[in-house]
Amino acid sequence: MNLIMTDTFAIELTDIDKRFGAVHANNKVCLQVKRGNIHGIVGENGAGKSTLMSILYGFYQADAGKIDVLGQAYTFTDTHQAIAAGIGMVHQHFMLVENFTVLENVILGSEGGALLANGLAAARKELTRLGDEYGLKVDLDATIDALSVGLQQRVEILKALYKGAKILILDEPTGVLTPQETDELFRIFAALKQQGVTIMLITHKLREIMSITDQVSVMRAGKMVAHRDTKDTSREELAELMVGRKVLLQVDKKPVDVRAPLMKVKRLTVSDNQGIDRLKDVSFELRAGEVLGVAGVSGNGQTELLEALSGIVQMTSGSIEVLGFKMDRKHPLTPDRLRELGLAHVPEDRHRMGLITDFSASESALLGYHSDPKINTGIWLSNRKVEANCQELMKAFDVRPADPHLKSANFSGGNQQKLILAREMERNPEVLLIGQPTRGVDIGAIEFIHQRIIDMRDAGKAVLLVSVELDEIMSVSDRIIVLCDGEITGRIDAADADERTLGMMMANALDPIDPLQTMDDQHASSKRASSQET
Amino acid sequence: MSDIFLTVLLTLDATVRVSTPLILAAMAGLFAERSGVVDIGLEGKMLASAFAAASVAAVVGSPWAGLGVAVIVSCALAMLHGFATITHRGDQIVSGMAINILVGGLTIILGLAWFHQGGLTPALNNDSRFLSITLPYAEQLAYIPVLGPIYKELISGHNILVYLAFAVVPMVWWVVFRTRFGLRLRAVGENPTAVDTAGLSVIKLRYKALLVGGVLCGVAGAYIATAHNAQFTRDMTAGQGYIALAALIFGKWRPLTVMLACLLFGFLDALAVRLQGVIIPGIGEIPVQFIEATPYLLTVILLAGFIGRAIPPKASGMAYVKER
Amino acid sequence: MNRDTRITWINRLLLPLLNILTAFAVTAVVFWLIDVNPIEAAEVLLYGAFGYEEGIGYTIYYTTNFIFTGLAVAVAFHAGLFNIGGEGQAYVGGLGAGLAILFLDPTLGAWVFIPASIIGALVFGGLWALIPAYLQAYRGSHIVITTIMFNFLAASLMVYVMVHVLRETGQMTPQSELFPTNSWMPFVHDVAAGLGYSIEASPLNLSVLLALVCAVLVWFFLWQTRWGYAIRATGKNGTAAVYGGIKPKRIIIVVMCISGALAGLVSINELVGYQHRLIMDFHLGYGFGGIAVALMGRNHPLGIIVAALLFGTLYQGGAELAFEMSGISRDIVVVMQGLVILFCGALEYMYRPWLIRHLAPVDQQQETAGVTA
Repeated sequence: MNLIMTDTFAIELTDIDKRFGAVHANNKVCLQVKRGNIHGIVGENGAGKSTLMSILYGFYQADAGKIDVLGQAYTFTDTHQAIAAGIGMVHQHFMLVENFTVLENVILGSEGGALLANGLAAARKELTRLGDEYGLKVDLDATIDALSVGLQQRVEILKALYKGAKILILDEPTGVLTPQETDELFRIFAALKQQGVTIMLITHKLREIMSITDQVSVMRAGKMVAHRDTKDTSREELAELMVGRKVLLQVDKKPVDVRAPLMKVKRLTVSDNQGIDRLKDVSFELRAGEVLGVAGVSGNGQTELLEALSGIVQMTSGSIEVLGFKMDRKHPLTPDRLRELGLAHVPEDRHRMGLITDFSASESALLGYHSDPKINTGIWLSNRKVEANCQELMKAFDVRPADPHLKSANFSGGNQQKLILAREMERNPEVLLIGQPTRGVDIGAIEFIHQRIIDMRDAGKAVLLVSVELDEIMSVSDRIIVLCDGEITGRIDAADADERTLGMMMANALDPIDPLQTMDDQHASSKRASSQET
Repeated sequence: MSDIFLTVLLTLDATVRVSTPLILAAMAGLFAERSGVVDIGLEGKMLASAFAAASVAAVVGSPWAGLGVAVIVSCALAMLHGFATITHRGDQIVSGMAINILVGGLTIILGLAWFHQGGLTPALNNDSRFLSITLPYAEQLAYIPVLGPIYKELISGHNILVYLAFAVVPMVWWVVFRTRFGLRLRAVGENPTAVDTAGLSVIKLRYKALLVGGVLCGVAGAYIATAHNAQFTRDMTAGQGYIALAALIFGKWRPLTVMLACLLFGFLDALAVRLQGVIIPGIGEIPVQFIEATPYLLTVILLAGFIGRAIPPKASGMAYVKER
Repeated sequence: MNRDTRITWINRLLLPLLNILTAFAVTAVVFWLIDVNPIEAAEVLLYGAFGYEEGIGYTIYYTTNFIFTGLAVAVAFHAGLFNIGGEGQAYVGGLGAGLAILFLDPTLGAWVFIPASIIGALVFGGLWALIPAYLQAYRGSHIVITTIMFNFLAASLMVYVMVHVLRETGQMTPQSELFPTNSWMPFVHDVAAGLGYSIEASPLNLSVLLALVCAVLVWFFLWQTRWGYAIRATGKNGTAAVYGGIKPKRIIIVVMCISGALAGLVSINELVGYQHRLIMDFHLGYGFGGIAVALMGRNHPLGIIVAALLFGTLYQGGAELAFEMSGISRDIVVVMQGLVILFCGALEYMYRPWLIRHLAPVDQQQETAGVTA
């Protein structure tokens, strides 16, 4: 038995290299993680962070390089070995079986015997112990689909600990949590750290890195470009290292010139297939010449809101008045009809909905507008006109490569998004609904996209911007509403908003709001409240 | 009174015999679908096994040899399906249909070449078939009112494969819900990525599921050719593989309810046969074609979901691709 | 040739070619298993299909059927639906054609009969697909199982009709009476004779022109109209299609009806063009053959015509084979169909990784991670 060396690294990666086809995902990456530390790994989307962690977890095999865990060299050919070496991973998208119980999910793969009965009993004992030790309390017999996202994440952590993880890797863990749930998670990290567990945190959220980590490594375009002790660096330095140049974190815009409401949403309720209300009694107005931002953690009704407003999903109750027409459950308006009226929609998920990856760019550029009389002559849909349409869009939004024949899948995320935005914006709609416009898009394209949204707003259009990125919401919107659990838990002018206030609204921690109250009433009442305080 | 009782009993007796291949095939489909692989090829596997069993039994003279080879053939086809859909991620329905069509032609071609009887296999004598087993004291106990005839007509007097089929159902339930393999199987059908990250092989689990299905289909096919009948005839499975799938959907992928669904199909089929030649007041004799069409009609009606929509395992029908 | 072009060539030409060759190779193995020399068999087959005028006529006659069912399956595939009900739809299409002919005044001209019979076949074939389509769209019933059930139901229905309803009086065989001569689709050898060319008589009739017209119409419909766009979008990505204002339930119904209608046209070739009466089992094998043809032809009308020709060849060659060699029946063609569906459908991409690695390898020097803005 060796003496425990205090400077043995928990993880040491040397010259890890990995390619996926033509993409060099990890380029001679080196990393050293000290034991008992909380170590952050930051980088933009596509920088190679997830690939690196997947290699460490045995999900992928590196093309070259060495892996040392707690001083011992390993080659992981599957995740089983990584787990045995003490590595546990909590993925960005949870690896849980929805209709299994917490207990069943935890023992999957470590059942402890061919018959389940014994394994379940042993797991129950151990999980109760772990729950007490780290404050990770969860109802072991609840099924996953009945648990909140925060609790599901707890199950994932328990799973890793149950399998004996001494090194815990978490991939973008706070994307699905409210600021308050994030604080709770960080408290758990502190408890784990006390027990000697090493934590690796992959994230692009610089504020969190600064607040919780001991050290941070920065990846850019497949390479590891910097290591810092967290106390010696700053958000600005990290952002610059991530991107390689000074980053504009704010958008310049003219003061807002608001006109008539183009969309009135009244007591909108949308329930899902199981009959659960995902959007409850939501009311707001969308006016010409403004950007209304909808903030909130993903999964709180934003998707249902966008889909109900664009006619994709039927509402359960309530009504929507849009561009002079009224729609409710008995009189639905279909997506094509809404387009005719002047409503455009940039969906949250461009791969699932926004374009058809197998189609060429020109065919994707037609989606939703394939009945356009300008492109159709009688029954004939002319290919020439379809291509010309695509070329126009590509030119307007600087989509590269400007090749209409190229398969939609072969464009980068940013260019795909620009094509979709071009398609929806160039039609000159009166109302534009946008979901997560800059998800998975690189910084240069983000600036371009934000500017175009502002341009639309300046041209007197009404824009509804749904985003999980608070920075984006705060810089682009004129007014902000916050969704939490399907309800509007906050209405605020962008000028008055800050992360803390929005965060509390996202966690529904403020006083309840009357859904029929308008913005002005609320403003007046809060002014009254604050004047009463003084 | 006892006439009706006897008729009911005999109909139930026929039900059991007709349901047996459906139950076996449906259990085979259950394993596949629970693991996330759609198996339209149940029909082809049964047909191939029927041919194999009948051929081997005719040549060797033993139904058990026939059964053994039938199982091997069925498993080979199951592995082919796995190769196409799991390893090469091919379309699961296309693969199943390819196997069905291939087997349809191949059984005739081989039958013709080997036995020169226009595609039939030689008629089997009693030694080469699975025969009815009379359970102990069936005759003696027949005198007990109600229970006696039930024991003698309904429960006793089936061949061993029938008893096997019904015994398989609780075994399948136990394996799927009480063993480690069953837990992993169900996980793979719901969230294969979760299974992969737990360090288990999605591919191996699915192949195993298909293998179990292969065995069960082999028994089903052997039953059709060497127990229920006495030789192989062209397309003798007559759509039972597809009906078993319908029963699987109707029974919501749970062993016990699926078995009941199979029994329902079998009962309605047996009932329809009973009505052959019977004059119904006002309508007259039911045309024989209608009787023949009954199982298929029933399948469509039941699939039309009047009993509520069925939700299959979440990952059903999708090939597993490690996400980049 | 840059990498992208290479990959296109591999996908569009090499891969399908290799797949078909594999299907052939395995067929050769089957021949060997039943003690038949594969080369000899191939010779007999090719002779039967192309060696004499009557044979060529038969080959193209069978090709016509496969074009109809191939188009039928392909149209459904483009919407993401698997129409296995071609057998039943072809059969019932015959009922439509037959009824149209038998209930019209026999003195009417061919200009009435032929369009009427075509419409009859289209409507009945389409209707037979409508119920499974409706059940899939509105009740979620698995269309594969329902269409297969409808194949069986078609068999029962048609037997019943031919035995009890339409049977030619005084006959034992279940078949209808002869269609009036005015309703017959002209034979090609008759038309040729009229133009001064003498060719051997065969069942080949002008339905082949109908098939080619259908192929062009299907191409135009799918790639040159907004409805075709909607169908193809639905097949590629149902969610995106809904987003784009396309109504999936409507697509399912429309596509399956078109598919069934196309399959129904087999009866024009078989009954209106050759048998001149409603007979049993005229449809056998073409429905499933259509699946093989569609897969082999990669769901494109041009590819379908080529694939249909291949299967027409196999069908006629197979008949010759069964005639010449006592140990084989025409079921060998069914075996081939199954193998083609297996290798061109299920195992479509089996050779792809190998081909790409050896013919279009990644150049380590060029790192293209997608052009950024």
